[in-house]
Amino acid sequence: MVAVTSNSAVVTLPSDTQILITREFDAPKHLVFQAWTTPELIKRWWSGDHGEVIIAEVDLRVGGTWRYVMTANEGFEVAFHGEFHEILPNERIVSTEVFEGMPDAHAVDTITFTEQDGRTTLTILVQHESKEHRDGHVESGMEAGMQESMSHLEEVARSLR
Amino acid sequence: MARAATTTDAFNAVAEPRRRQILDVLATSAAEERSVNELVAALRMSQPLVSKHLRVLREVGLVDVRDEGRQRMYRLNGQPLQPIYDWVKTYERSWSRRFEQLDVVLAELKTAELKNAEPGEAELEETEHGDGGSDE
Repeated sequence: MVAVTSNSAVVTLPSDTQILITREFDAPKHLVFQAWTTPELIKRWWSGDHGEVIIAEVDLRVGGTWRYVMTANEGFEVAFHGEFHEILPNERIVSTEVFEGMPDAHAVDTITFTEQDGRTTLTILVQHESKEHRDGHVESGMEAGMQESMSHLEEVARSLR
Repeated sequence: MARAATTTDAFNAVAEPRRRQILDVLATSAAEERSVNELVAALRMSQPLVSKHLRVLREVGLVDVRDEGRQRMYRLNGQPLQPIYDWVKTYERSWSRRFEQLDVVLAELKTAELKNAEPGEAELEETEHGDGGSDE
């Protein structure tokens, strides 16, 4: 009954303005979609081990908004919000994402749910809105603005360590 | 134009696509070292442009250079890529932890769904595993 937890998230940087996160789950896509969009369930996983989700609001309709607030282990609050642009139940969600600490930087997230043999591959494509915001990230040291996949760099870094 | 940022660290140095191309050529080439002329030929860029990018790569330590007669030979040094790799790994770990908690939620949802299913349906699911004839 225990879900397979051995597969880890794969993060790649497909272009200068994008981040792509991929992960497979041992559950059909309607359940992954449910866990992704239901506030009580979001509260149980979204913070990872960084803290506790204290607010999860989801108005799941086009034009509706979502907002998550987490109390980080260090004590401060971190909040994100966005607006849904597209909702295809159990298939695809397109929404904006704003980190409230950097309210001018809007990203657009495209989340897809693909099922095969009862397992679901989840992909999250984070598209930064503009070169300006991407450069903001570059300057903050958070974003590498690279085109090749990280796996390539990983190989290079490992082989030359 | 403020240009200081390009040479401060590997993050900025590899933000330029052509510099990544140079690194790719050096990383995938059979020979450990390449001369400027070989890089010019492989990349179809002008020699001054290649030299300019090589200078930036050298300043952040991503390439090492050695004189061999009248040629300057360049080789890749991957060490400065480590902070980039580490950054992405941190990000990846963060998502992995989040997804591990999502796994737990999903396992519960699956169990709940099975329990809530009509007895007939539940039986059908059981026999699916047994006889392999699972056409609905």
